[in-house]
Amino acid sequence: MFQAEIKITLKKTVADPQGLTVKHALESLDFKGINGIRMGKFIIVQLEAKDQAQAEAEVAAMCQKLLANPIIEEFSFEVKKI
Amino acid sequence: MKFGVVVFPGSNCDQDCFYAVNDLLKQPVEYIWHKTTKLDQFDAVILPGGFSYGDYLRTGAIARFSPIMEAVIKYARSGGLVIGICNGFQILLEAGLLPGAMLRNTSLHFICKYVELKVENTATPFTSEYQPGQRVRIPIAHNEGNYYIDEKGLQSLKENQQIIFRYSANPNGSIDDIAGIVNKEGNVLGMMPHPERSSEKDLGSSDGYLVFKSTLKWLKQKSIKP
Amino acid sequence: MVKAEVYKALGLSDSEYQKVEELMGREPSPTELAMFSVEWSEHCGYPRSRKWLKLFPQTGKYPALVGEDSGGILLDDLAIIFKMESHNHPSQVEPKQGAATGVGGIIRDIFTAGARPIASLNSLRFGPPTEAYSNFLLKGVVEGIAFYGNCLGVPTVGGEVYFDESYSGNCLVNAMSIGIAPRNKIARARAQGTGNAIMYVGSSTGRDGIGGCSILASAEFCEKEEKRPTVQIGDPFTEKCLIEATLEMLATDYVIGIKDMGAAGLTCSSAEMAAAGGVGMEIDLDMVPRREEGMEPWEVMMSESQERMLVCVQKGKEAEITKIFEKWDLHGVLIGRVTDDKMVRIKDKGKVVAEIKSEFLANAPLYDMPAEKPDYLEKINDLDLKQLPLPQDYNAVLLKLLASPTIASKEWVYEQYDHMVQTNTVVLPGSDAAVLRLKGTGKGIAATSDCNSRYCYLNPYRGAQIAVAEAARNLVCSGADPAAVTDCLNFGNPEKPDRFWYFKNCVQGIADACRSFNLAVVSGNVSLYNESPKGAIYPTPTIGMLGVLHDINKRCTQYFKNEGDVILLMGEIKEELGGSEYLKVVHNRVAGEAPALDLEKEKALQLLVYEAIQHGLVNSAHDCAEGGLAVALAESCVSNKDQIIGAQIIDLQALNTGIRKDAILFGETQSRIVISCDQAALVKIRTLAKKFGIVCLEVGRVGGQRFKIADLIDLPIEAVSESWRNGLTRYVK
Repeated sequence: MFQAEIKITLKKTVADPQGLTVKHALESLDFKGINGIRMGKFIIVQLEAKDQAQAEAEVAAMCQKLLANPIIEEFSFEVKKI
Repeated sequence: MKFGVVVFPGSNCDQDCFYAVNDLLKQPVEYIWHKTTKLDQFDAVILPGGFSYGDYLRTGAIARFSPIMEAVIKYARSGGLVIGICNGFQILLEAGLLPGAMLRNTSLHFICKYVELKVENTATPFTSEYQPGQRVRIPIAHNEGNYYIDEKGLQSLKENQQIIFRYSANPNGSIDDIAGIVNKEGNVLGMMPHPERSSEKDLGSSDGYLVFKSTLKWLKQKSIKP
Repeated sequence: MVKAEVYKALGLSDSEYQKVEELMGREPSPTELAMFSVEWSEHCGYPRSRKWLKLFPQTGKYPALVGEDSGGILLDDLAIIFKMESHNHPSQVEPKQGAATGVGGIIRDIFTAGARPIASLNSLRFGPPTEAYSNFLLKGVVEGIAFYGNCLGVPTVGGEVYFDESYSGNCLVNAMSIGIAPRNKIARARAQGTGNAIMYVGSSTGRDGIGGCSILASAEFCEKEEKRPTVQIGDPFTEKCLIEATLEMLATDYVIGIKDMGAAGLTCSSAEMAAAGGVGMEIDLDMVPRREEGMEPWEVMMSESQERMLVCVQKGKEAEITKIFEKWDLHGVLIGRVTDDKMVRIKDKGKVVAEIKSEFLANAPLYDMPAEKPDYLEKINDLDLKQLPLPQDYNAVLLKLLASPTIASKEWVYEQYDHMVQTNTVVLPGSDAAVLRLKGTGKGIAATSDCNSRYCYLNPYRGAQIAVAEAARNLVCSGADPAAVTDCLNFGNPEKPDRFWYFKNCVQGIADACRSFNLAVVSGNVSLYNESPKGAIYPTPTIGMLGVLHDINKRCTQYFKNEGDVILLMGEIKEELGGSEYLKVVHNRVAGEAPALDLEKEKALQLLVYEAIQHGLVNSAHDCAEGGLAVALAESCVSNKDQIIGAQIIDLQALNTGIRKDAILFGETQSRIVISCDQAALVKIRTLAKKFGIVCLEVGRVGGQRFKIADLIDLPIEAVSESWRNGLTRYVK
C-alpha cells in the first residue's frame, strides 16, 4: 500500500485574497516579518499499486484529471510505501 | 419547444428554472436526473444553480464527471443550446465547454444581492431580446463568482465577441467585470447572475426573463428554417 | 447502585438517579443510564419548564397544529409548519459549526413533518462587536448560517441581530424555519403497528456531540472548560439529499411516522416515537451504520451525529424505502421492529443492553422551581428623569443611535445569506418582516422574529408581552394578518430563583398576550442555563410569528416611496425613556420601567393599519421600536439603498407639551406606526383612525435631500444613510 501526500495551490499568476487576509490577521496578532502567504489544499490518498512508479503515475493522473484545475492550480506530491 | 433542467445531487435552483420555463415561458420542461445519458429529445438544456456535490473539492469539479455530462458535451458539440446558471456555469467551465475558471469572491464572502449588468452582445440565441448595451438588474448569489482567464484567453473572448454580460460595479473581482460568456460557436451560455430569479416584477425585476424569451425565439426560428 | 461520579458526569442529580432506580426496579445498565441522562436533560425533557409551557394557548384565529415535533397552521389546502430552536451553547464554543448545525436541526424538524422548507429566519444576540470574542462569534455564526442554509437552497429571509454586554459570555442563536405541505400529507412522529419496520435513514453515526444536550446545553459555561468535543459537525450537502429523499419517501404512503434524530439522537427518537404511539420498539445496534470503530452501545445511543432520521415503515415496504435513499447516496436500513410491550429494547452484538418502558424515558420528572423577584430590580426600575441631562446636539445623538450596532443596517449579515432561492421572496430582508408568496394561491405569508430583552429584564411580564405585540406589529406593517406563534425561550440557570422568576413571568406575559391577540403558540423551544461567570443573559423570550396575506399584492414595505407623500404618525407620544436604546447608548444606563403597553390600543392600531393597507391607502409602514420615532423616520428614508430620500418633519404636537424633547424623539413608547401616503388618501385614513380610536398626526412630508425634525434635527440625508449603513460594517470589515 502506498500513501500520497498532495499539495494543491493556486498558480502564482492568480490572486489569493484568502492568503492576504490571513497574512493581515497574523500581522494584527503581532507576528512580524511575514513576506507572503498562499493558501492551498492538502490531500492524502492511500492506494494499492504494483510499485512506486505506478503509484506515482496514478496520483499524477488523479491530480491532472480531477484533484487540481490546471487553469488556476498547480500541484506537487510525495508518495511513500506504508 | 422542450426544455430540460439537469438535477445533480445538491442542485437547488432546479425548481426555480423549471418554474420559469413552465409557468412563465409556458413551454414543456422536464427534470433530467444526472444519471441519465439521453438528451436528444430536448431543444435546450439548462444546468441550474446550487451546490452540486456540496461544492466539494472545487465548485462543479465532481458534477463535471456525472454521467449526464458526457451527453451534455456531445449535445453542445452538435450545436444544442446549453444554459449554465451560477453552479451550472461553474460546471461548464470544469467540463471545458466554456474557457476559464471560477475563483472565490475577493471579499471571501457569499454575496446575494441585485446587481446591474450591461448586455454586451445581443447577437446570440440567449440575448436577442435585449437592446445592445442595455443595463439590466439581475441578482447574484454566490461564493465563487470571480471569473478568471489568462491574457490570451481574454483576448480571444474579446475578439470573438464571447463576453455577453458585464457587471456595472464588479462585486467579486471577476476579470474584465465578466458576468456571463458564450462559447466560440455561440450555443453554450454561462452566466453567474440568476435570470430565473428576475423573471417577474414581483421579485424585483423581470430583466432576466428575456434570456428565456430570446432562447425560445431562436429555437422557433431555427425550427422554421428549411 | 451506580457510583455517584458516573451519573453526575452524565448530568443526572442524586434524586434523578434514585428515580431511575425506582422506575426500573433495579440498577440501570450503562446504556440505560446514558439514555435517561440525555432524555431527562433540561434541553430534551424540559423538567423545569414543561409545567409553565402548558399556559400557552393552543388554539387561535387560524386552525392550529400543535404537538410532537413541529407545529403550524392550516390555510386552505396547505399546512404551514414552523418552529424556532436554539443552538446557543454550541455556537458559543464553535460558532460556525454551532450555528450551522442549529440551522440543520430546525430544518430537519420541518421536513420530517412532511413539509418542504421554504424559508429560514434567525435571531442572534452577541456581546458588543468591539469585544474580540463577540466579534469572532458574530462572524462565525453568520458564516455558519450562510454555509448551511445557502447550500440547502432554503432562503434565509429575515431575523434580528442584537448586541449587548449581557450576551458577552453566552451568545444566542435562535433559528426558525418554515415549510409547506398539502394539509392531508403531514407526517407524524410516532411508531405504530406491531411488526412494522423501524428504519434508520441518512448519515452514518459517529461520536460527534455526545453529551451535547445533557452536558453542554444543560449547564453554565465555566472559565476553563474545553467543551469543543461536544459540538457536532454539519454537512449541508447530505441534508439537501436527505430533504429530497425524505419528501420522496413521504410521497409513497408507506410511512407510519418519522422523527429527526436531533438532540439525544437515537435515544430521543426511539423513546419519543414509541411513547407517542403507545407501543414498544426493539432496535439492533449492529445494524446502525457507523463511521467510527469500536463504538460502545451507549455511544451509539447518545451520538448527535447530524443528518439522520428514524422512520416507522409499513412491514414489507422496507426495500422500497432503501431504494429511495440509495438513489441519493444515503443509508436507509432496517434496524428494528415495533413491538406491543411498550418497552424500548436495545440490542448490541446479540445481547440486550437496555430495556426501558418508553413512557419512563419520555416523561422527565417535573420540577417546581422556586421563583423570587430579584431585590436589585426595584432600584434599577427607579429612573429619575430630572437627573438625566438633555442632549446639546440632537443631530449627533441621532447619528450615534443609527450607528449603534443593534440599530444599524444588517446588510452585511443578510447579503451573506441566499435570500432569493425558491423565487418566493417578494419582500427582501431590510423591511419590517419578510414576505413570501405561496405560488399558485395568490396568497402569501410574512414572518418575523422579535424580542427586546432589555424590556424583559426591567419587567419580564410586560417585556414579553411587548415582544408578542411588536412581532404582530411588524407583520401588520408588511400587510399581513398575524396568524400564529413559535417561541424560543432563552434564560439563565433555572436553579437560581431570580432567573426562574424571570422565566415564569415572561411565559405568563406571552401566554396572556397571545390570548389577547388570539394567536396559538404552535411550537417552540426552551434554552436554559444561558450564563457564564459574567452573569446571566437578559431574559430573552424570542417570539417568532407568522402572518398571512390573503392577497399577496396587498403587501407593504418600510421605506418612503415618493416625493411629496404625507407622513403620518399613528399612535401617541409619551414621556418614556426606560429601557431605551437612547438611554443605553448615549447615557450608558439601563434603568427605568419597560414602556407601557395597552393591548387593546395595540390591537386597534394594528387593525387600523391592516385595513388601511388592504384598501391600498398606505405607501409605506414602519413601526417605532429601538431608537424611537426619530430612528423609525430616518430608517424609512434610507433603508432602501436604491431610493434614499429625505423627509421634513414639521409638526410634532408633543413639542408644545412639557414632554422632554429626547423622549419625543427617541423614547420607545409602544403601539406606534409611521406611515406615508398619497395626499389623496389622507381623508380615508383619518376616517379609519377615528373608527379605531387611534390618534393620527400628520407630521411632515417625504422629499428633498435633508432629514429635518422641527428645529431639533437637520442633517444631509447622505450623512443619515452613511451612519446607519456603516454602524455595524465598521466592526467587521
